[in-house]
Amino acid sequence: MQFWVAQTLNSLAFGGLLFLLSSGFSLIFGLMRLANLTHGALFMLGAYIGAYLMRAFPGTSLWMAALASGIAVAVFGGLLERFVLRRLAGNALGQVLLTLGIAFIISDGCLLVFGGDPIPLSTPHWLARPVFLWGFIFPAYRLAVVVLAVFAALGLHILLDRTRLGAMIRAGVDDMAMARAVGIPVSAIFTLVFCLGSAIAGAGGVLAGPILSAYPGLDGDMLPLALIVVILGGVGSITGAFVGSFIIGAIYTFGIALLPDLAYVILFLPMILVIAIRPNGLFGRMAV
Amino acid sequence: MKTRGLYIAISLVSLIVLPFVAGDFYINLATQVLIAVVFSASLNILVGYAGLSSLGHAAFLGFAAYICAGTTVTLGLPPLVAAVLALAGTTLLAAIFGAIALRASGLGFLMITLALAQVVWGLAYRWVGLTNGDNGLTGLTRPHPFGVSLDSPAAFYLATLLTTGIALTVIAILVGSAYGVSLQGTRDQPRRMAALGHNVWLVRWTAFIIAGFWAGVAGLLYVYYQRYIHPSVLSMATSAEGLLGVIAGGSGTLAGPVVGAALVVILKNYASIYIERWNMLLGAVFVLIVLVMPDGIVPGVRRLLARRDR
Repeated sequence: MQFWVAQTLNSLAFGGLLFLLSSGFSLIFGLMRLANLTHGALFMLGAYIGAYLMRAFPGTSLWMAALASGIAVAVFGGLLERFVLRRLAGNALGQVLLTLGIAFIISDGCLLVFGGDPIPLSTPHWLARPVFLWGFIFPAYRLAVVVLAVFAALGLHILLDRTRLGAMIRAGVDDMAMARAVGIPVSAIFTLVFCLGSAIAGAGGVLAGPILSAYPGLDGDMLPLALIVVILGGVGSITGAFVGSFIIGAIYTFGIALLPDLAYVILFLPMILVIAIRPNGLFGRMAV
Repeated sequence: MKTRGLYIAISLVSLIVLPFVAGDFYINLATQVLIAVVFSASLNILVGYAGLSSLGHAAFLGFAAYICAGTTVTLGLPPLVAAVLALAGTTLLAAIFGAIALRASGLGFLMITLALAQVVWGLAYRWVGLTNGDNGLTGLTRPHPFGVSLDSPAAFYLATLLTTGIALTVIAILVGSAYGVSLQGTRDQPRRMAALGHNVWLVRWTAFIIAGFWAGVAGLLYVYYQRYIHPSVLSMATSAEGLLGVIAGGSGTLAGPVVGAALVVILKNYASIYIERWNMLLGAVFVLIVLVMPDGIVPGVRRLLARRDR
């Protein structure tokens, strides 16, 4: 029984991390029709920046590191969008190849700067001890990650559904030409959304640190999962990313635990099923 | 047209003479170039002629290589049977992956092919009982077709050259055929093609399968050249290198993948002498090509020549 409870919590925590990664990817794709293949690398970059900050400035808490790293990655993403990707506006394939190239550069750059050994990020000490509830042991940090992901989802939901800015973003997703025509500054919103998505990925990388560590290949491990989540949940939908993340988180975690050989195949079954039955994804309004 | 035939004749002769005059290092380098050419040319069917950008083409190369190595080393099957099994299995895999990925087009297609290829990569790493995981499969010996030993670099080079020649010829014939023209029609005007009564999905699906088959051929060459297979062959970097070969050379041209793949392999070999950071260089070349030469080298040179002739 302890096994099932622990694995359930693990899968929820992993799903939460996946949401932090894939929500930004989904937003950027939905608004800009841009498959940002640097997203996994930004997640990893965030984790490394966090690890560096916590090592260079002892006493930096994980939360401070996540905040700083999120801002740093957001700035990086904003510059990337404004000065590089913008030059290829309208050329979807060119943009994908460019983000792929930059992903390789970031990933190899991290290996060059931080070395090949995994760097674990330390858990905040008040969350480091397990919690006992109803006779079961819960690692407190994983509970905190789930709570944070839920808050992030709520925040994004409120931003998109309840604010003026959110209405402008949604207008851009639904009909960009019309949004421009009624005076919405779509260009500035592109950059803003790119920064926002990058920030969530960067901060998510730091929050993943105590569970996954920062290691070379983290980007390559996470990016396909984000793709599967977005294909499953539907492009541009925060609800879709949320539901998809927890489905994939659960399948991945239980798959690794129960059928380690075939975890990757199992991971992939819901994606095939969704593509076959609902090509737009569970909550998507447009085709991928 | 006459000069073009002359160029082809000269390059053919020099390619055949090469193993008799060059050292083993250059022969092996040339073999690697040829394998990359087959791989990029197969991907070009999809990217260039069908207009479907796949980022998961390494799956077919790696799958064929793994089946070949696995059935030969573990089951002890003769090389011919292993090769047939590998190609049949890869073609089947391409049929399945194609049926899934072609539910989407454009960026969705790209994302699905990438995700599918990562699944094969994950399997190769994790299913240790079958693939020996991170240790890879060793102990493969090169076959002796018709009693000819391919153990020397020169012999293997010539066999690879022959295979590459067949692959490029078949692909050239395919592209020029009625089917090839309808494939390019589905790339440029899918709706009109559908209105004209062509089954766009079927045309694309067969292109996907054909591309997968030739990537499998490249995989066989690869595994017999290396006599070793590791899961990293299935990584996104392999797919990206193949795609870079297509884009750098010029997608949708016959010569493009040849030039592009040669460039990538030679760059990779020479770069790795001086620096360890191949992936960073690969990324930088991607950025450079996309920003500076989005059409690729072959169309760029062709444009220059056309300007000179005028």
